[in-house]
Amino acid sequence: MFEYAPAPESRSVVDIAGSYGLFIDGSFRESAAGSFKTVNPATEEVLAEVASAGVEEIDLAVAAARRAFGPWSALPGSERAKYLFRIARIIQERSRELAVLESLDNGKPIKESRDVDLPLVAAHFFHYAGWADKLKYAGFGADPRPLGVAAQVIPWNFPLLMLAWKVAPALATGNTVVLKPAETTPLSALFFADICRQADLPPGVVNIVTGAGDTGRALVEHPGVDKVAFTGSTEVGRQIARSVAGTRKRLTLELGGKAANIVFDDAPIDQAVEGIVNGIFFNQGHVCCAGSRLLVQESIRDELLESLKRRMATLRVGDPLDKNTDIGAINSAEQLDRIRTLADAGSAEGAERWSPPCELPGQGFWFAPTIFTGVTQAHRIAREEIFGPVLSVLTFRTPAEAIEKANNTPYGLSAGIWSDKGSLILAVADQLRAGVVWANTFNKFDPASPFGGYKESGYGREGGRHGLEAYLA
Amino acid sequence: MRKTYKLFIGGAFPRSESGRTYLVDGDNVALASRKDARDAVTAARKAQPKWAAATAYNRGQVLYRVAEMLEARRAEFAAVGVPAAEVDAAVDRWVWYAGWSDKITQVHGSANPVAGPYFNISAPEPTGVVAVVAPASFLGLVSVVAPAIVTGNTVVVLAGAPQAAITLAEVLATSDVPGGVVNLLTGDPAETAPWLASHDDVNGLDLTGVSDTALATELERTAAGSLKRVRRPAGTEIDFFADPGVKAMTAFLEIKTVWHTKGF
Repeated sequence: MFEYAPAPESRSVVDIAGSYGLFIDGSFRESAAGSFKTVNPATEEVLAEVASAGVEEIDLAVAAARRAFGPWSALPGSERAKYLFRIARIIQERSRELAVLESLDNGKPIKESRDVDLPLVAAHFFHYAGWADKLKYAGFGADPRPLGVAAQVIPWNFPLLMLAWKVAPALATGNTVVLKPAETTPLSALFFADICRQADLPPGVVNIVTGAGDTGRALVEHPGVDKVAFTGSTEVGRQIARSVAGTRKRLTLELGGKAANIVFDDAPIDQAVEGIVNGIFFNQGHVCCAGSRLLVQESIRDELLESLKRRMATLRVGDPLDKNTDIGAINSAEQLDRIRTLADAGSAEGAERWSPPCELPGQGFWFAPTIFTGVTQAHRIAREEIFGPVLSVLTFRTPAEAIEKANNTPYGLSAGIWSDKGSLILAVADQLRAGVVWANTFNKFDPASPFGGYKESGYGREGGRHGLEAYLA
Repeated sequence: MRKTYKLFIGGAFPRSESGRTYLVDGDNVALASRKDARDAVTAARKAQPKWAAATAYNRGQVLYRVAEMLEARRAEFAAVGVPAAEVDAAVDRWVWYAGWSDKITQVHGSANPVAGPYFNISAPEPTGVVAVVAPASFLGLVSVVAPAIVTGNTVVVLAGAPQAAITLAEVLATSDVPGGVVNLLTGDPAETAPWLASHDDVNGLDLTGVSDTALATELERTAAGSLKRVRRPAGTEIDFFADPGVKAMTAFLEIKTVWHTKGF
């Protein structure tokens, strides 16, 4: 591997305050329920003290969203659109600041927050801005109506992007929002609150309540909420589905995954290897649609693995703010524990573990890119979502066997297919029980492209025309 | 001649394995058990891949054939107390949904203009096996079964109007609907529905026919265990004569988005 001189992005482009309150009804306020610290996972340095919203604060936020709903939903769509366009523009203008902030709070490499997250965030607002005055053409009736107050709970893997996926369609359709960012990554959502003020968004249309699981539960279970949208683990998704049962709250869930990335023997190997690496090591593998199960046709197994290992040896793990970094920090100590536990289970159950030689920083939370070979479908690492840079390699002989193995999971979020044969790709894509199928590519996202799962990966779609449905009566 | 009202599972008419019956307007009707419900799910699952893989044109013709057979048996529905207007509307409903088979994909799918060199389309696919608690009226029954199966799902139906439902089963059995695509159970939904709501091989649950709010809530909560798609009761009386819209179909559809690179 070439030695590169450090190329750090400047962290001085972003001002992080010592402490943050809750964003309710257009202004920041303290919480009676205490606070928590958010840390930089790459250094364990405390970045800020953040208010934790309790039941009382959730009440206030929902009430503010309810008050704002009437006037906001009564605005002509073209006026709501202007706010969203303005937000998209401000995000573009402040994207360097936001990218650095995201990498600091989340641990993801700056080249990903800069080149993937932030452009997609702005694009998402831009896309849904344009829908706000065209809803009657969207195919959901002549006069589709908003639902009311949307409670939105998002994960830590793409903090600002998941916010955009939730907030943009909700506002475009005339709903108001109370959003809870993840406990370990609250900062970009709080900066977004400031962007809402800069855009002169009316108070109460967007409210940001920070906190842990209890805060999320209080929000989701609040009787004043009309719509719940959640992205996170399948286990929490189940709890939320139980809690909204019997209410009139509408629910969409974007949950876990255990995607198969299927490589056929006629696939272009170099491209497939890039796709495999992107599929599982993008964002440290903290991706619900990560290609965490590599299904490789037996005849090319050795050739592919050799090439994959060679490529993995060139991955640079380290400082997320360094522009050459490929793999950043694991988001939290808790997540690192979970990855270690599952990786240890992989070894204990008899799979063979391999990582390239790679020096990990002494401070912070790190996990080397890892592959397991000799994995069977019974192994935990082939069944459970690891949500880390760990790839399980399985083999197959026929397309039918590949499909069978790919679908042999309670999840159904995504899948990948690599082949030079178009008819094979289309036939296999038809048979895969997954909401997103990438053929000769992986981990591509776009605001116009609906995203969401089959089976226990949840229900509802985010993105495009389909993404409007979750927010319309 | 008195008719024996049995269950309809996998294209056959078995008695309840429990041997139980109950009286409906002087007729003995099979009282389905948990085991019958599980057998029906097995039959529905077995039939589902082939039904989904049939061409939309083929599924449309199969549903149209149901309408033809139903119309031919108008008298039998009158005999079990279904008003003529309801039978007429049910015939029309089968015809209406028959026509949707090759249109829902275009109406509910899309070609997506992504910002890059990719081919990208989204299309609906059936959710899989759907358990249905049917409304008490015959037209209500048809209005929940037809939209679920036209898209390629298979169903296990807990029928609210037992004699009309089993008469419909006889229509289905003498039309071209493959065995297992529609399975009809008669009995007490409060007894059998919880088993279907908790069954891991059931992907969707239609509660349109549940009038007991507490039962509906319990079933929805149970269904959360395997994250089933749940269609809730309407909350108000449904006018089944009105235009049903597309929501009865889209409730049990999944959107699959396929990306492919473009390049020379």
